[in-house]
Amino acid sequence: MANPVLTFRPEGIYCPAGDFYIDPWRHVDRALITHAHADHARSGMGHYMCTDIAAPVMRHRLGEISIDTITYGQTRTIGGATVSFHPAGHVPGSAQIRVEVAGEIWVVSGDYKLEDDGLSTAFEPVTCHHFITESTFGLPVFRWQPQRDVARELNAWWQSCAAQGKTAMLGAYSLGKAQRLMTMLGDHGPILTHGAVEGTNAVLRAQGIALPDTVQVTQDINIKEYPGALVIAPPSALNATWARKFGPRETGFASGWMALRGIRRRRAGDRGFVVSDHADWSGLLRAITETDAENIYVTHGYTEIFARYLAENGWQAQIVQTEFGEAEDTEEAA
Amino acid sequence: MKDFADLFTALDQSTKTSVKVAALAAYFDTAAESDKLWTIALFSGRRPKRAVTTTKLREWAAQEAGLPLWLFEESYPIVGDLAETIALILPKSSTSSDYGLTHWINALRDLSDVDEPVRKLGITSAWAELDTGQRFLFNKLLTGGFRIGVSQKLMTRALAQASGKPEAELAHRLMGNWTPDSTNWHDLIEAEDASADASRPYPFYLAYGLEDAPDTLGASSDWCAEWKWDGIRGQLIIRDGQHFTWSRGEELMTDRFPELARAPDFIPDGTVLDGEILAWRNGPLPFNALQKRIGRKTVPKKLLTEAPVILYAYDLLEWGGVDVRETPFQERRKSLAQLCETLPQDAPVRLSPQLQFTDWAELAGQRAQARDAKAEGVMLKRAASPYLAGRKKGDWWKWKLDTLTIDAVMIYAQQGHGRRANLFTDFTFAVWNGNDLVPFTKAYSGLTDQEFREITAWVRKNTQQRFGPVRQVTPEHVFEFAFEGIQESPRHKSGVALRFPRMSRWRKDKPLQEANTLDDLNEMLRTYG
Repeated sequence: MANPVLTFRPEGIYCPAGDFYIDPWRHVDRALITHAHADHARSGMGHYMCTDIAAPVMRHRLGEISIDTITYGQTRTIGGATVSFHPAGHVPGSAQIRVEVAGEIWVVSGDYKLEDDGLSTAFEPVTCHHFITESTFGLPVFRWQPQRDVARELNAWWQSCAAQGKTAMLGAYSLGKAQRLMTMLGDHGPILTHGAVEGTNAVLRAQGIALPDTVQVTQDINIKEYPGALVIAPPSALNATWARKFGPRETGFASGWMALRGIRRRRAGDRGFVVSDHADWSGLLRAITETDAENIYVTHGYTEIFARYLAENGWQAQIVQTEFGEAEDTEEAA
Repeated sequence: MKDFADLFTALDQSTKTSVKVAALAAYFDTAAESDKLWTIALFSGRRPKRAVTTTKLREWAAQEAGLPLWLFEESYPIVGDLAETIALILPKSSTSSDYGLTHWINALRDLSDVDEPVRKLGITSAWAELDTGQRFLFNKLLTGGFRIGVSQKLMTRALAQASGKPEAELAHRLMGNWTPDSTNWHDLIEAEDASADASRPYPFYLAYGLEDAPDTLGASSDWCAEWKWDGIRGQLIIRDGQHFTWSRGEELMTDRFPELARAPDFIPDGTVLDGEILAWRNGPLPFNALQKRIGRKTVPKKLLTEAPVILYAYDLLEWGGVDVRETPFQERRKSLAQLCETLPQDAPVRLSPQLQFTDWAELAGQRAQARDAKAEGVMLKRAASPYLAGRKKGDWWKWKLDTLTIDAVMIYAQQGHGRRANLFTDFTFAVWNGNDLVPFTKAYSGLTDQEFREITAWVRKNTQQRFGPVRQVTPEHVFEFAFEGIQESPRHKSGVALRFPRMSRWRKDKPLQEANTLDDLNEMLRTYG
């Protein structure tokens, strides 16, 4: 291939025909961003492009930045490249970025999941020749249950905590996972939120995304005024002194990693809920199959194992080193 | 399996002992009798015979999942548990079985004597019928080692809650050679005559190490002293003209020590002795001599001559068919001494002598000579004390010589270099902190080459995860560490650093749960740091 549409540079994934980067990890002039999580949307870029849905959270997290927004499915010409953004189903506003140059199509999927979570725009397969995929849960031991089943477990736990006079403390990443969990919860009592979660809630509500009512936890909150409450907070807050004001409590964590007993026990919470915003094993394979792509680039996750499996099953698969999945606590975000 | 799977979920989801005990007690109140028996059996280390090799299980699981074997093998160390890997990797089943625990145990027992295709069909169809949680437990039954964070002690406590029987009595009832096939709930738990089984031992009374000066124990005249021997704690039972030898790990060792077979010739029925099994030739031989005997179920003649054993008796638990554990120690000793006087010179049972002293200072002087007596230190026993069950503070103390020791669990292994290449010789050890194992020291020395070869073969088969050259191994083996000092160290996860740690002994006799704890380590730090 003389002139590949995308190349892998020390700064990030680069498109020579359009002179732009996708989710770069070093400072560059023009960055197309799949979604607002910190390992994909970093500060210090000259100009950003992201979906209109992702833009408010991008501003919330990165401050005053120059953003060009685009809607799902809209095409834009940048230099010699035609780009468009397509739903990735990961978090609200998350996108796969399609880049076409002279009839050759590449798709950078960022992070994605196939199940419709009711909050993010649902994943849509995009036909392409070259597909860049994550592999966070690229092992056959990861197979998610349908969201409604986990929702049932989650609500049963909440109700059982309430019945015992305990506060249910749920640890979840503040962008995406926290809001998804809120939509999974039934009307069983007040939902209290940590400031980091509520900040994102406010941004999403302001742009018209419906979320259940929540109360932000303040310094002087009196938990007795919120009997049967469920608290959503970043996992790190649950082990800190911050959590003490909630009296008798049980702690749950929501992440794909909770599928493994060893990790669940290491987290030492009372409960682990297997809720992930990433594709599971069969999700990854289905997504890859549906692109019709022959060339697969495997990024963050179980890259070696997943790429080997793809190669054995007829794909041109290779591993690409990126800096995704490294920022913040990826174990919690997943 | 559903009841049992629900029980497991409740146990696994909680880190609190009280919650676990309550969950178990509720289960004992409601479960079917045979399921209860099997639950007790599993949590006290009894398990059905292994019906299939793990190699076959991996192959079949990969096939059923439609995956290449290598992918299974790559997934296994990441999950870290074979039973769990299989449960997760198989396609989700749409059904969940209502059959009880016993049904599944019988199903897999039936598979041990059939042709392989039938066995395979039995297992794969079980997988298809069970949901993921049930599958995990079924696989745990298949792969042995039913360790899921429930100790026998915890289970006994729950049983006490459910049955209204005292914990100590239940601990005694649960010992011995029973299986769910050989007994029933009534005989095991409820029947008045709990001594029906001639082989049933009493729970051992275990001493704590004495860390303060002995005068903190009060007047020396209230105490008896004897040497602390470096052998294997053993209980010798003479009933119905037979003899039974038990280790404190609740293992029946009768066949390993054929020397003791002569005991019923001299000792009357209805006698139970507590003592130390020692290799003996005109006095105790070093522990190494005894060690050769431990692993062997049948003993070659040569070894019998090289390292003959005796029971060095120091307590009497049953006499004339009566449980005398409530009788004061002094009285029990007196009866024991009378019994031993009647024994011939060459009897395989001898009386471990008592140390005479008028005050603590005199005893301290004798203790300093312990090495010359081939002892590890001194045992202190309160003259008026009953024989208690388990490790209880107060009446028995080990007053060891000053080399510090701690029992720790091996969790990581790494291959050595040079002469030791291809052998696993560099190990990381951990102590318990609640249900977790906290690494606290590394060690490279102290084992013989033979032991290094043995542990190497074991590490290869029991690797859970690899971190480059370091392998995380199944926590199973307990080693005693000797070390010269202990200091605070912020560099170590455990907060302590040991001076000159070495593996002083491979404690094959010691159950995993009985390794020391982080609290023990901190206590040592306070005392010696």
